[in-house]
Amino acid sequence: MKRYLLSLLASMLLSGITVAAQSAPEIRFDSEPGLLKFPESIHLGEAAGVATDSKGNIFVYTRTGHPTISIGTSRAFAHGGSRLFEFERNGKFMREIGQGLYGFLVAQQVRVDPQDNIWVVDQMSNMIIKFDPSGQVQLLLGRKAEAERIPALPLNRPPGAPGGGGGGEGPAAPRGLPGAGAQSDIFQRPTDVAWDAAGNIYVADGYGNARVAKFDKDGKFVKSWGSKGDAQNQFNTVHGIAIDSQGNVYVADSGNKRIQVFDPDGNFKTSISNVGSPSAICITPGGHQYLYSSNSNPPDDIDANGEIYKLELTGQIVGKFGRAGKAPKEFGTVNAMDCRNENELYVGEIGNWRVQKLTLHP
Amino acid sequence: MRRLLKYWFIIVAVLCADAAHAQMKATAQNVPEIPYESVRNFLKLPPNLYLGEAIGVATNSKGHVFVYTRSANTRLFEFDQNGKYVREVGEGLYGFEFAHSVRVDPEDNIWVVDEGANLVIKFNPEGRVVMVLGHRPEVVAGAIATAAGPAPPAEKYTFSRPTDVAWDPQGNIFVSDGYGNNRVVKYDKNGRFLKQVGSEKAGREPGQFNLPHAIAADGKGNVYVSDRGNNRTQVFDNDLVFKTSYENVGTAWTVCISPGPHQYLFTSNSNPNGNPPGSWDNTGEIYKMELDGTILGKFGHASKQFGGFQVVHMMDCRNPNEIVVAEIESWRVQKLMLKPPQTKISYAK
Repeated sequence: MKRYLLSLLASMLLSGITVAAQSAPEIRFDSEPGLLKFPESIHLGEAAGVATDSKGNIFVYTRTGHPTISIGTSRAFAHGGSRLFEFERNGKFMREIGQGLYGFLVAQQVRVDPQDNIWVVDQMSNMIIKFDPSGQVQLLLGRKAEAERIPALPLNRPPGAPGGGGGGEGPAAPRGLPGAGAQSDIFQRPTDVAWDAAGNIYVADGYGNARVAKFDKDGKFVKSWGSKGDAQNQFNTVHGIAIDSQGNVYVADSGNKRIQVFDPDGNFKTSISNVGSPSAICITPGGHQYLYSSNSNPPDDIDANGEIYKLELTGQIVGKFGRAGKAPKEFGTVNAMDCRNENELYVGEIGNWRVQKLTLHP
Repeated sequence: MRRLLKYWFIIVAVLCADAAHAQMKATAQNVPEIPYESVRNFLKLPPNLYLGEAIGVATNSKGHVFVYTRSANTRLFEFDQNGKYVREVGEGLYGFEFAHSVRVDPEDNIWVVDEGANLVIKFNPEGRVVMVLGHRPEVVAGAIATAAGPAPPAEKYTFSRPTDVAWDPQGNIFVSDGYGNNRVVKYDKNGRFLKQVGSEKAGREPGQFNLPHAIAADGKGNVYVSDRGNNRTQVFDNDLVFKTSYENVGTAWTVCISPGPHQYLFTSNSNPNGNPPGSWDNTGEIYKMELDGTILGKFGHASKQFGGFQVVHMMDCRNPNEIVVAEIESWRVQKLMLKPPQTKISYAK
């Protein structure tokens, strides 16, 4: 028995993840968990998305209110459940954007592009929604299903299957590999969006599909790559996406515990591991870019994972900080990170219904 | 005729089986009656605001009354000590789905337990969320039918229709969980799991539960659990080790412990939902007890009229002589002024 325990201990010590976690230097940091100030009648729910614009204003896309299914013509229709708020950089509430919007069901992510347009990813309406800086809808990718199936169909049905992701999908696309998705902007629980310097749009798709979909800046479908699996070019939950100044595409392949890196055409370049399950990633702007990756704890366990890694773009770990929990400076399933400033991060938490502003002291 | 009789027998058997789970006549004898008056028009709601099932009620240190109610949406209202409406707390909150309990801790933080969203939510006194225990099931895939069959093993940080929350003097958190699981979970003040008693399975042994429906802690950190399906209140020490059980005061729907140096325990033998024949004669009363289980008296009876009780779901006993009760089937909250006990039963039915 003792020998068994010893060998178990040895194998734990030898596992790459444990070694990496132990050897990575700790980065000291402070947290401001109460930065955002809300009007009396507005409450954050799960803080799925957080992002800043060039002025430092803060956008939060949150799962809040009462997600509702109503009944009509023998079909069940889904409404509401998420809202998008904007705050000044000092946390003062500014406005709500897209109030009552048709595509706001289950918040997944918000990102702000270099022109300060606000992009929202909704996991249930299967839509990517681009607002201009004034808050007007400018571009839409995907289509919300007309009605919901009850009970729900399993994920990852072949494209064009009956009762599919939306009535009126149009002609069924040819059937591809599992998770390859329709060669179109019909998503299955997409998770994130990013852009290259030319404005091409890359969508992480997602929980249902296992692909990255590329569109030009006008929203025209270009191509997509990936399928379900653990081989190179395959994904197991594409949970986040970020692009460096060279146009390389970093894909958080959380189920496979790695970040896969591709060139702008989707050709595999390298893979970064030893950072747990990357659930939220971001890349800093500027001359020397860094990659942050959160090994987020699952929503039902705060005794595992939770730390955030700072990496060189090569994958070399610079340091790590934080752990799972509910107190300030602890993280409850981080779903979004903003790193417009290298040492001033915003993290959105699913488990703790809050946004923390973190100041790193490297 | 004989066939008819046979069916009649089946119907009675079914009714009795249901009633056996839902109600039990108290076995305690010669319990003194505590006279009381219910305050007329205690809660004053603004026009166009209505209580639904008054599921949860609690007061804070200023005497303000919080009511967690199932209306068109589940909502949380605050009233002042005179019953004047103050505000709504957590308007439109993501975690408000199906009310079950509200409690106020010694620092006046407001805690709600929502059995539709599987969450325990802590608000600070200003009414902002400061901690969330549990995780609302993802709604991404649309509605999914409740799984049939045995419940999956209870997890540290997920609830299955939790029912109530309590704290010990150190701020450790106790959650009764609930309709799906049959356990009590202890967390530290930061919400980190420490231990549990019971499991996902229902049972009758000490330390097992059949619908733990309410929970309270005394000044020494002992924990009292209304084990409704087993018609008893189980008492545990602070490490959730079983101590004793009170089984002579009917079905334990809800429990409340008054603060101060001499604490009292209140437990409600609420009449069952649906008001089956005979239930009003056997159930509906609330017991006042010493913490050791000694019965001091009882008050109240099942009735739809003002002053009577219609399935008491929760009680506040911050002042042991002023009990605020919330009722399921009469959609109301009553404030009861207790008087010194009499030995003779005095109320008229």
